[in-house]
Amino acid sequence: MEQILQFFFEYKEAIFIIALSIFLGIEVISNVPAVLHTPLMSGANAISGVIIIGGIILVGHADLTTFSLSLVLGILALIFGTLNVVGGFAVTDRMLEMFKKKKK
Amino acid sequence: MDKILGALNGVEFTIGDTLLELSYLIAALLFVVGLKLLSHPETARRGNLWAASGMGLAMVTTLLLHKDAAGNGIPLTNVWIIMAAIGVGAAIGWTIARKIKMTAMPQLVSFYNATGGAASALVALLEYPNALAGDVGSILVTVLGLIIGSIAFSGSMIAYGKLDGKVGDIMKPFITYINLVLLVVTLGLGAYIIFSPNPPAEMVWAIYALLGIALIYGVMFVMPIGGADMPVVISLLNSFTGIAAAMAGFIYNNQAMILGGILVGAAGMILTILMCKAMNRSLLNVIIGAFGGGGAALDKDQGTIKEITLSDAAVLLSYSQKIVVIPGYGLAVAQAQHIAHELDTLLEGKGVEVRYAIHPVAGRMPGHMNVLLAEADVPYEKLVEMDDINPDMPNVDVAIVVGANDVVNPAAYDDPSSPIYGMPIIDAHQAKNIIVMKRGMGKGYAGIENFLFFNDKTRMLFGNAKDSIQKLVSEIKNM
Repeated sequence: MEQILQFFFEYKEAIFIIALSIFLGIEVISNVPAVLHTPLMSGANAISGVIIIGGIILVGHADLTTFSLSLVLGILALIFGTLNVVGGFAVTDRMLEMFKKKKK
Repeated sequence: MDKILGALNGVEFTIGDTLLELSYLIAALLFVVGLKLLSHPETARRGNLWAASGMGLAMVTTLLLHKDAAGNGIPLTNVWIIMAAIGVGAAIGWTIARKIKMTAMPQLVSFYNATGGAASALVALLEYPNALAGDVGSILVTVLGLIIGSIAFSGSMIAYGKLDGKVGDIMKPFITYINLVLLVVTLGLGAYIIFSPNPPAEMVWAIYALLGIALIYGVMFVMPIGGADMPVVISLLNSFTGIAAAMAGFIYNNQAMILGGILVGAAGMILTILMCKAMNRSLLNVIIGAFGGGGAALDKDQGTIKEITLSDAAVLLSYSQKIVVIPGYGLAVAQAQHIAHELDTLLEGKGVEVRYAIHPVAGRMPGHMNVLLAEADVPYEKLVEMDDINPDMPNVDVAIVVGANDVVNPAAYDDPSSPIYGMPIIDAHQAKNIIVMKRGMGKGYAGIENFLFFNDKTRMLFGNAKDSIQKLVSEIKNM
């Protein structure tokens, strides 16, 4: 019990953000027309690539003097994260571009 | 940049530190605004760009301004390595995104989701040894990030394989029990790692074991779920990837990661529930995968299958006033969206009103059909959603069902024993005439008989959707 309370206190800001983001996420998504479900899922997927920030920090402070498995895996994480971000936003844009075209 | 601005809780912070946090705030706001804009047709594209620019901003400022606990920035050599890795990822991601066929969109989204999950799992794996012994809080988020990220990765890869036709369905009841055991083992090992008093550096074997089991669980989790339910699964796993990223945000105490991740986690969860609702099923029902089969067998009273010749179909269509095309995955597989548009333009030229009725779960992803038809330049106004078209169905002269099955199965109305009973459908059976284009008499993805095909008003046109429509177009032109 004490550990849980301690955890809450240490991470109180983050826990506030989580609680409020959940409502934000639900609120933002409600009333979305079915037409946009696929682009929205794809766009949201690209945002979840925010893990790339973690990848940058990880590799950024990695020790380069010795070659290690961690370094290789860290670089791999960066490549995967970029795939998620760049690919995700690019493919969403391509889908939405089509919706635009026939509007004129 | 290195000028010290002040101290917080005894720790000095510089202009650079402040700018970094400020940029995270802006990035987080851009994610929220972007997602909001993404949910409206007129602003969707802009929303995507805003979210992308938020990501770009956070990446650049992290690279330039981030400092480790000792206050050291990112060394130049590391910056080059990071830029090289990002360059490789960006080049591959961009090329695939631009080259891929629109029909393969769902599996691509699944693939990108897998990469995001893998990145989260790897970050958690590599950060674990840095945690302090007995620091339950940070080990908890690391373990959760690892488990959720791994499941999102391997699960999404299986979903990708299924949508791409590379992985079949294995639907055996005992898988549910195996999965239950796997889940218990995963959580048990996770709890062991979290509460172990040993320093993490000595527990590296356990974290790798956890990675392995979580990966296996992800595979087994998606394996028994039918291909037709993949959209729901992808949406769910997308939500997982978001949560995994947020867990990593905890490790770095990075608010942009936490907010972005949880935002996607919540949005993905809601989207998943919306999709389940559209199929009138619960999430649990989808996950257990107890779908397929069941429903009343066909009796002799159901009537017989009647075929239609191309010329008859051409005449029927040309002399109709109102036509509704109901596309399904068959249309997507056959790449028939362009020729379908040619057909509707041709008929419009003859004064026939043609509309497309889009079921919320038509295709392999909600909205997938809209994307495909938009690709073929079908005007936006012609795409009508199920709830708007159904009241008008009795006035429709011909309903053309192209490669759709379960979404027009009247068993949803009148067969309580059918697995799809209660699912909203497009009321094709209400139309005056029905033409069903189908490759053969196989059952739909849900594996249930469709009484619509035996309806007196129904005529079947067997063959690949693209070929059938192609022939139909030339037939009408020759009339």
